[in-house]
Amino acid sequence: MARMISLDPRVTRMNIDAESAPELEPKPELDQFQTYEVFHQAKTGAHHMHVGIVHAPNSDMALLMAKEQYGRRGQTVNIWVVNTRDIVAMATADADVFATTPEKTYRDVGAYMVRNKVEAYKKQQKEGQDS
Amino acid sequence: MNTEACQDLLFRMADDELILAHRHSEWTGLGPLLEEDIAFSSIAQDKLGHAQALYTILHEHFGQADPDTLAFMRNEIDMRCSHFVELPNGEYDFSLIRHFLFDAAEYMRWTALAQSSFEPLAKLAVKIRGELKYHVYHAQTWVKQLGAQGSEESHARMQTALREAWPYALGMFEQTDADASLIAESVFIGESEVCQQWLAFITPTLQEANLVLPEQSEPVYGGRKGYHTEHLQPLLTEMTEVYRIDPSAQW
Repeated sequence: MARMISLDPRVTRMNIDAESAPELEPKPELDQFQTYEVFHQAKTGAHHMHVGIVHAPNSDMALLMAKEQYGRRGQTVNIWVVNTRDIVAMATADADVFATTPEKTYRDVGAYMVRNKVEAYKKQQKEGQDS
Repeated sequence: MNTEACQDLLFRMADDELILAHRHSEWTGLGPLLEEDIAFSSIAQDKLGHAQALYTILHEHFGQADPDTLAFMRNEIDMRCSHFVELPNGEYDFSLIRHFLFDAAEYMRWTALAQSSFEPLAKLAVKIRGELKYHVYHAQTWVKQLGAQGSEESHARMQTALREAWPYALGMFEQTDADASLIAESVFIGESEVCQQWLAFITPTLQEANLVLPEQSEPVYGGRKGYHTEHLQPLLTEMTEVYRIDPSAQW
């Protein structure tokens, strides 16, 4: 007898004859619930950050499921859920519209040399105190 | 303070939590949805934590054995859980209805205990409030979902489960000799008061779920006196199997 090996050890332990097992029926398409995007807020006033999705039949159930999936590890004060269909996104193929940015470093936040100014100011203040 | 009465209350509550935690945990890996499997297992874990906290009070304030011994080494007749928590899971409809009815009662119970004259219980009530609130929220959402927003079948199943659970649910509020003294000493408001608050609390949710409150029926009593259903002993045997092999093992 060829023994059925499963990822679930409980199934493996049942010693099922793999040959006598019936063929799996193909699953119908879209047999899962729709998805909701989950946004997690770690502290009051902080931004809600996208953390993943849950499957649910409606928004009430999505919120309930999201609480446990994304709120039980680490600090959480709030959770949003948004139906995936309500997300408006650009086409993946249009990623090139962003391509000009890298060479225009003056548009980057990092290009503003404010850090140098802040440090120069701090140094000046400190020297003022010392003298 | 009447220490006998207080211990009676603690054992009743702790044993209910322990046994229901075990029943809930039997769903782990078999839940109807991945997300729900995780949520229900997590709730089971919370319940086990509540039982442990109550056994710890018994140990620290009343000189009872340590929590593990109290949980795993007592005989069936010494258990004070209600018949309601002993019943097998059945299908998910019954487990959800039991979760809803039990956790609503637990919420009322602990809300009252926040005002208890017995400080360790009052402190614990404040500490676990958030968990209890979440359990009730989880149960209410599911009951409303399957009762009012699901299919004809889901509604019928929930209504049947509610009818079957009802006499056992009423049995949660079985009074013991301890009640009078607990009330007199402001340790606890007593079972009959909690039962009234519970009925007022669950009625609106059941209405929203299009579920009909069963006719008043005879409550199933006995658990608080050590008389149990045939289902408890097999559960205890299974639950304590590993512990009994080597009680001194460290995890």
